Amino acid sequence: MIRKLTLVLASVTLVTSAVAVAQTQAQTQYFPVFSYRTGPYAPNGIPSADGIVDYMALLNERDGGVGGVKLVTEECEFGYNTKRGVECYERLKSKGPVIVMPYSTGLTYKLLPSAAKDKVVVLTVGYGRTDASDGRVFPWAFTTPTTYWSQASAFVKYMGAQSGGMKRLKGKKIALIYHNSAYGKEPIPTLQTLAKRLGFKLTLLAVDHPGQEQKATWLKIRRLRPNYILLWGWGVMNQVAIKEAANIGMVKRMIGVWWSGAEQDVAPSPKAAIGYRAGTFHAAGRDFPIFKDIDKYVYGRGKGTNKSSVGQILYNRGMVNAIFATEAMRGAQKKFGVKRVNGDQMRWGMENLNITAARWTAMGLKGFMAPIKNTCADHEGNGPVMIQRWNGKVWKIISKPISPMQNVIRPMIEASAAAFAKKNGITPRKC
Amino acid sequence: MTAEASTAGEAGARSPLSGLTGKWWFWAAVIVAVFAIVGLDVWGLDEDAENHKAILSFLGDGLVGFLKAVTEPVALFWLKLGFAIETSMTGLLVGVLYSLVALGFVLIYKASGMFNYSQGVMVLFAALTFVGLTEYGIPVILALVMAVGVMILFAIVVEFLILRHLVNQEQIILFMATIGLAFFLEGFGDTIWGSNVKKIPLDLPSGAMDWLTIGDWNVQVQWLDISAAATGAVMVVALAVFFNKTRIGRALRAVADDHQAALSVGINLRTIWIIVWSVAGIVALFAGIVWGAPSGVQFSLSLIALKALPVLLIGGFESIPGAIVAGLIVGFGEKIAEVSWGDSLGGGIENWFAFMLAMVFLVIRPQGLFGEKIIERV
Repeated sequence: MIRKLTLVLASVTLVTSAVAVAQTQAQTQYFPVFSYRTGPYAPNGIPSADGIVDYMALLNERDGGVGGVKLVTEECEFGYNTKRGVECYERLKSKGPVIVMPYSTGLTYKLLPSAAKDKVVVLTVGYGRTDASDGRVFPWAFTTPTTYWSQASAFVKYMGAQSGGMKRLKGKKIALIYHNSAYGKEPIPTLQTLAKRLGFKLTLLAVDHPGQEQKATWLKIRRLRPNYILLWGWGVMNQVAIKEAANIGMVKRMIGVWWSGAEQDVAPSPKAAIGYRAGTFHAAGRDFPIFKDIDKYVYGRGKGTNKSSVGQILYNRGMVNAIFATEAMRGAQKKFGVKRVNGDQMRWGMENLNITAARWTAMGLKGFMAPIKNTCADHEGNGPVMIQRWNGKVWKIISKPISPMQNVIRPMIEASAAAFAKKNGITPRKC
Repeated sequence: MTAEASTAGEAGARSPLSGLTGKWWFWAAVIVAVFAIVGLDVWGLDEDAENHKAILSFLGDGLVGFLKAVTEPVALFWLKLGFAIETSMTGLLVGVLYSLVALGFVLIYKASGMFNYSQGVMVLFAALTFVGLTEYGIPVILALVMAVGVMILFAIVVEFLILRHLVNQEQIILFMATIGLAFFLEGFGDTIWGSNVKKIPLDLPSGAMDWLTIGDWNVQVQWLDISAAATGAVMVVALAVFFNKTRIGRALRAVADDHQAALSVGINLRTIWIIVWSVAGIVALFAGIVWGAPSGVQFSLSLIALKALPVLLIGGFESIPGAIVAGLIVGFGEKIAEVSWGDSLGGGIENWFAFMLAMVFLVIRPQGLFGEKIIERV
């Protein structure tokens, strides 16, 4: 009798637990966060992850989640190491993620094939594989709002404007100092194409990981005396490059990629870096109403990650990641009439992402970023690039939004994606 | 087989070229060949000299083509004398900093036969401690003294918790212990001081000075490099004096030569270990400050230990003069290599070039330039 009773009780407990878990899952949406709070790139990884986690916490605390669904974040520390990142993905896959933000170009390349099979969206905000912007070949990848190729073309436009017109770029010397990795090499095809087209002389200078010692590179720069230096660095490579440029009086000729233009990059030599410029696609600082909400609902309730990160460039960029993911989720909920979205629905949400100026304002981020609109074929959203300058204390945007050279970039993206499709036996879908 | 009967162990230190490297005529031939190749190349650069081209053509495109690809960039490099001087100076100044990092390894290896894998993390930890203390409002000088104190305390703890328990253990076990120590120290430093980039709170000189004009080239040297190298040089001299002129220094050398003999004359091995680890910690602190000046103090400082490895391989693991000379060779060599051949090899070659250089030295002289020849009798 007792045995039977025990069995019945155990069964009831099991069923009740299963139902409870199912109900909890139905009321939550799981977001894995690939973070690197340790290792050589930790100074960059920490505020990036903080931005994602805090924004999700804000939606939970202020709005009760998205459409009544609570957001669950789980960090997986991968130390900016591609192998460990893949392990994170494999481990967290069982928890049902529908979108991942790898925060590493190397990891993005590794995850793209498996994520597509698993019906998981790969969102790479301002990094990753540029030709994945072609949604016909890469339906599961999103490079919103802009890519390295677009940024490189925007830099060329900016340098042209600074030189008095694009024609004046002819004969100019432009040096690209790049991180010797998949990430660092991304802008090379664009710059080479534009060098041929516009007649400027491009010099490529690789710096090996981690970039603590770059004297030889800067000796070459001294010998070359370029008109402009483009810096495509990450981590310590940025700080050393800025210091080296300052020491030889060339910091004002240097323009950094958006991953070389954060507070961390100028921290060791804030005065010497005055005048250094870098790309960006969103504003810096915390002069936006949303930050009052973050203070009140996230940090005020003890749910924040790290208050010193709030408003930093990389924190704001982390927030942009979370905004895209949650806005796509919101759109998918509305379209499909569901609470918890699945991979297909999230993909639809990303493909139909449309953040207007009015929506940015409604989110408490008026003027923070340009409007973004994705399509089935264009997963980049054609976001403009802006130039910001370090004034010794803060980063200030000094340019109007610069539209990338889509007439140059889009054909390159399509050609590269088509080559990838051919090589991998993919039939591009019709959009 | 008796202990005296065989010298088989000597083969462990013998390289394929070791028979030749002892001959004066071998080196004379190498020097003549190098000069001949470079000379021929410079000669061939004169485009009007048809007869020179004809000679090159006669010799064929194969070997000469290869040699030309190798030597021409070097020849062109030296033809631009001003730039060559600047590159050499920069390389040598960086080399002093490599020596500084390598010294930490050498000190510990000499005293305990232990390759201290954690030396790179010690550089990071020491610098983090110094900068972290100043962030709490402690004056710079006091923070520096306190950081030295922390590194001495660290040495005592290492001796108490690790070294004394590993006496007479295999080298590989000692090495593994230092790997564990490195991971612990890395996490501990992170937990205490955080992972953000920290500015060195010293008003170090910046900018560059033009000190020589050759042709159209102003030879520049950066003030930061000069001051860093000067600091490194002072450290090296101080260590040399400490080892050669003090009683403790002589005791250290005795331990390095023969543990058993040192013990038999009353030298306390544990005290020596604490002193050596303390000195290595202080060297790490200075290395962290000079390397952290341009980059800020952050995790990647621990990776400069990788730069010390080729220095150790070239100079020998237990030679202080070896570390100094090898640091200069690596600094000088990698800069010339990057500037000369970097572009044609895709750039970023200086890191692996240093290791390749070390490999060449290993083939010719396995024990390093100043290392002691290993003779094991069985």
